[in-house]
Amino acid sequence: MPEGSILSDDFLRELINVGEVDILVGLPTYNDAKTVAQVVQAIRAGLLNYFPRQRAAIINVDGGSRDASQDLVRAASISDLQHLSNIHALRTLHCISTRYEGGPASGTALRTVLSAAELLRAKVCAVFSADSTNTEPEWINRLLSPVVMDNYDLITPTYRRNKFDGMLVQNLVYPMNRAVYSKRIREPYPTEFAFSGRLGSHFAAQDIWSQDVGKEGAGIYLTIAAITGNFRLGQSFIGTKARVDTGAADLVRAMRQTVGVLFWSLDPNFAVWSSNGASESVPTFGAESDLTLEPLRVNRKRLFQMFALGVAELEPVLKSILEPSTVEELQRAAAVGEESFRYSDELWVRTIYEFAASYHKQVMNRDHIVQALAPLYRGRAFTFLAENRDASAEEVETKVEGLCREFENRKPYLLGMWNERK
Amino acid sequence: MWLAIFEQPAAGDLGSPGPLRQMIVDELTKTMHEILRSFARFLPRVAVMLVIVLVGWLIAFLLKSILRSLLRLARFDRLAENAGAAQVLKKLALPSATELLSRFVFWIAWLGFILVGVSVLEIVGLQEHIAGFFAFLPRIFAGMFLFFIGMLAASFFSRAALLAAVNADLPSPRLIGSTIRTVITILAACMAFEELGLAEHTVLVAFAIVFGSLMLGLALAFGLGGRDLARRFLERRFAHERKEEREDELSPL
Repeated sequence: MPEGSILSDDFLRELINVGEVDILVGLPTYNDAKTVAQVVQAIRAGLLNYFPRQRAAIINVDGGSRDASQDLVRAASISDLQHLSNIHALRTLHCISTRYEGGPASGTALRTVLSAAELLRAKVCAVFSADSTNTEPEWINRLLSPVVMDNYDLITPTYRRNKFDGMLVQNLVYPMNRAVYSKRIREPYPTEFAFSGRLGSHFAAQDIWSQDVGKEGAGIYLTIAAITGNFRLGQSFIGTKARVDTGAADLVRAMRQTVGVLFWSLDPNFAVWSSNGASESVPTFGAESDLTLEPLRVNRKRLFQMFALGVAELEPVLKSILEPSTVEELQRAAAVGEESFRYSDELWVRTIYEFAASYHKQVMNRDHIVQALAPLYRGRAFTFLAENRDASAEEVETKVEGLCREFENRKPYLLGMWNERK
Repeated sequence: MWLAIFEQPAAGDLGSPGPLRQMIVDELTKTMHEILRSFARFLPRVAVMLVIVLVGWLIAFLLKSILRSLLRLARFDRLAENAGAAQVLKKLALPSATELLSRFVFWIAWLGFILVGVSVLEIVGLQEHIAGFFAFLPRIFAGMFLFFIGMLAASFFSRAALLAAVNADLPSPRLIGSTIRTVITILAACMAFEELGLAEHTVLVAFAIVFGSLMLGLALAFGLGGRDLARRFLERRFAHERKEEREDELSPL
């Protein structure tokens, strides 16, 4: 990968001054002033505490913040952690901040980190999210140790989550990724993860950076590239993930970054996923899943209304994407009313696979296909909320497992549709 | 003298025709010879014309077959479906877009050859019309191309608006989508007509009136007729939406 094309001259100069490192931690930011200082302190403490003998650097990659996030990173990086009694720095811990052009894009940020890692010949890299309110030094140890000590190539996190948090991951991204690529990775779209320099170089050489996938969906594609490239995978429990803005994120954007990339990845990796068998678990350090049950405020009525509106208004679009029988079933389901409405596992899996096949066949603009899935996801989310309102963590886990099996059992349906001419 | 000219031969004197009869016969013979000569001169041209028409049919047929195969390879029907043209054709009980375009090219090509054949006949006055037809052909294609691109753009933007409206929970998403489709289709039709040079000013003025009145109507409907709806919408959009989202503590990822 030509580093010069993405690294600015000033940044390059700063990197050259650092020399080679063993560990590189990337910290993408965009208007994260509320949390970034705390995250930097936690990363520094983690590196100094758990890897005091390793040469390390923190690279802040900013997407054009207007709230002085970069200044806060610089300030946090020069605060004197050595005064803390339990931390003894043996080496200089470098902290560099740079800004990339073109507005916030997780893929561009990751690419900058990868380029810096290649230049600094980093053996191990990690990426941390700057919007966490509770990043702890221990996270560094849990994510980096398996890569440093046990030669894993990719360590993704598992979190302690509310049973209704991350429903897109629980209902679509995890089960479909597991069914298609046959690896049980709970967080295929991680915001905190660690990887080897080997995987970093492999990923940096992928031909995705000029495409939308490379700009927005590089996170999940790193996981997919690690699976398809037969790299050594593992996952590590790091604790509760708490964000500043826990409110409804932009669903369509979230779907583009995850579902869109997952659908997109099926084309170049057809040979891999069409021939692999049942899913396998990956080595997990700590709990694979930890669900909490505290109540969340959710407007379920609005979810159902938006689902019903979507099914009614998008009828011509859905007819181009889905099989006629599936559209009819959805219309019937939307017509029964909020109380008795259920979006069954079987219908949901069929819907997703038909969307994936239509994405492959490009029956219309691919971004429109992903957008058209958003209202249907709301219907599924409504059902998930209704079915698990009083469920225990184990019951929720059993239901997610059942959905995963449905995805795996119906994989031949996806293959059949994939090869079918429209 | 006049009596001598019109004098009829006497009964039984059939072997000696009068001067008028002789003249008529001479003229008729001469005319017949000229007609025969002209026909003899014309016949090879007709034969050439027939050959050109036949060869033209063959070439047009080949063109049609090649184009049909190319369009099928390029999945032109899917493009037409995306553009919304396929639905229109279906409603009008017309064949698929690939078939229609192939047939159109066949007829244009064959018509071209027929006109070339006709021009070989050297019929006075027809040459100019034939030249005019060939000069008009590129404009027909440009007009068709413009309209097709317009249909594609209309389909893309109307669907984008529909999806955005549904996902933003805006009122009447289909109305928004179809309004955008109609406006872009009319714009494309105006551009196509302008390219063809047909009723340029009328079409442009009609478009300006339609577009202007549509915008005015929407503004009035939104601002006056739907005052309450507008207020509710704007309030929801800018005042309460944040609250509503905060109440929704769900994060999809």
